[in-house]
Amino acid sequence: MVSPTEYLPKSYRPRVSTYWWLARWAYLKFILREASCVFVAWTVILTLIGIRALTRGPADYAEFEKWLRTPILLTLNIISFFFVVFHAVTWFDLAPKAMAVRVRGKRLPSVAIAAPNYVVWIAISVAVAWILLRG
Amino acid sequence: MKKRSNEPLLWMLFSAGGVVAALLMPIHLLLFGLAFPLGWLQSPSRDELLILVRHPVARIYLLLLCSLPWFHWAHRFRFTLYDGLQIKHLNELINVFCYGGAVVGTVVAVYLVSQLS
Amino acid sequence: MPNRITLQITRYHPGHDEKPRLETYEVPLRKEWVVLDALNYIKDYLDGSLSFRWSCRMGVCGSCGMTVNGVPKLTCATFVSDYAPGPMRIEPLKHFPVLRDLVVDTSDFLVKLAKSKPWIIRSVKKSLEEEYLQTPEQLEAYKQFSMCINCMLCYAACPVYGLDPLFSGPAAIALAQRYNMDSRDEGAGERLDILSHHDGIWACTFVGECTKVCPKNVDPASAIQQYKLTASLEWVKSFVLPRGGQ
Repeated sequence: MVSPTEYLPKSYRPRVSTYWWLARWAYLKFILREASCVFVAWTVILTLIGIRALTRGPADYAEFEKWLRTPILLTLNIISFFFVVFHAVTWFDLAPKAMAVRVRGKRLPSVAIAAPNYVVWIAISVAVAWILLRG
Repeated sequence: MKKRSNEPLLWMLFSAGGVVAALLMPIHLLLFGLAFPLGWLQSPSRDELLILVRHPVARIYLLLLCSLPWFHWAHRFRFTLYDGLQIKHLNELINVFCYGGAVVGTVVAVYLVSQLS
Repeated sequence: MPNRITLQITRYHPGHDEKPRLETYEVPLRKEWVVLDALNYIKDYLDGSLSFRWSCRMGVCGSCGMTVNGVPKLTCATFVSDYAPGPMRIEPLKHFPVLRDLVVDTSDFLVKLAKSKPWIIRSVKKSLEEEYLQTPEQLEAYKQFSMCINCMLCYAACPVYGLDPLFSGPAAIALAQRYNMDSRDEGAGERLDILSHHDGIWACTFVGECTKVCPKNVDPASAIQQYKLTASLEWVKSFVLPRGGQ
């Protein structure tokens, strides 16, 4: 920091606003991406509640299924679903940046690493759905 | 040699949790949170689910699904509190809440999954 | 296209003004003018007291970084006509203390840069008669990160740096990586000790704005994420091979 002198008085240093993230769309998108972690945590909680209901007996599980149909839970889960998908998409698009994969000396473009991620995502999702739906 | 930070461990846990969350949570939420309650698809019955989770691979799957994402949440939420609310001076409290919470969440997950026998 | 454009420019006279204010100037709108041309026009014809930094006027010295309509830009590489009909707002680079008008105090960045040890570190240097041979592939490994002109636009764009002045920042870390990945360098361990720290690489939350504003396509965000991965692998190695691993 430059020290104040007679010809160079103290510099001006504005304080960053608490709402800095509203100033640009890119910042808001970043904060939404970070906020998705709350919905990730909610999904874990939901899964654990389901597992507990599963263990406790048919009546408890039926109650759990009924609870999932209430408007509050449905709304919460729709919102969570969008945030969790947002997390997945931003994750697959950004994770390749951490790896500098080189083929014959040239660095592979991010999309070459992101694309297989998406393929795996779809494959796993289909596999899970198939296991649960085949009865 | 100066002691190196343990942040790498927290970041690796965050990354692992992020991968698990990205790959598995969308389909789980789509099915259990929307498709089954709304009747778009036929939900498996309690008996069918119990048969599925009896398999050791399913147990490990559920354990990963309900433990690693806690650490993903913990790390990301910690930085959101630092940067979003600018309360970095409370960082000791934040770390205990976030990572302590993740450890508690993992213990709960291990307990509940073990109850599935 | 209209032939004039209004510019709102930050003026701050330390010791006289309590805080910066915007002053309005009207300048000709010439098709080929960049913002720097407009600023020099003001200084030559309208208000000689306007203070700003510039040098090469061709995007290699890194001196003329300012905030144009809220976005960090090199004023020698930003066309005025892109902002017609205006008005345009020109402010000093964000996240740095303002010394006067559009001039900021860059010393924090220079301190952080030096901490990264941005030079070749070797235990045994070759004599002046010997060459350090490097293949095109070895050059390719770090070349992108070597394009940095130290213009600090990435610091102005990074919200983490704005909130935490202790953060090393994008350019300092990218330049550390530039040397870590240089086949002639042996200093990766030294730099890791300094930068694998909660104010070093671990404060970065991958917002990605640094890469977006970089005028030389350095992609500092990518450099930092790669560095995190390297640091993590080194951390694991330090447990598995406590004395063997370098």
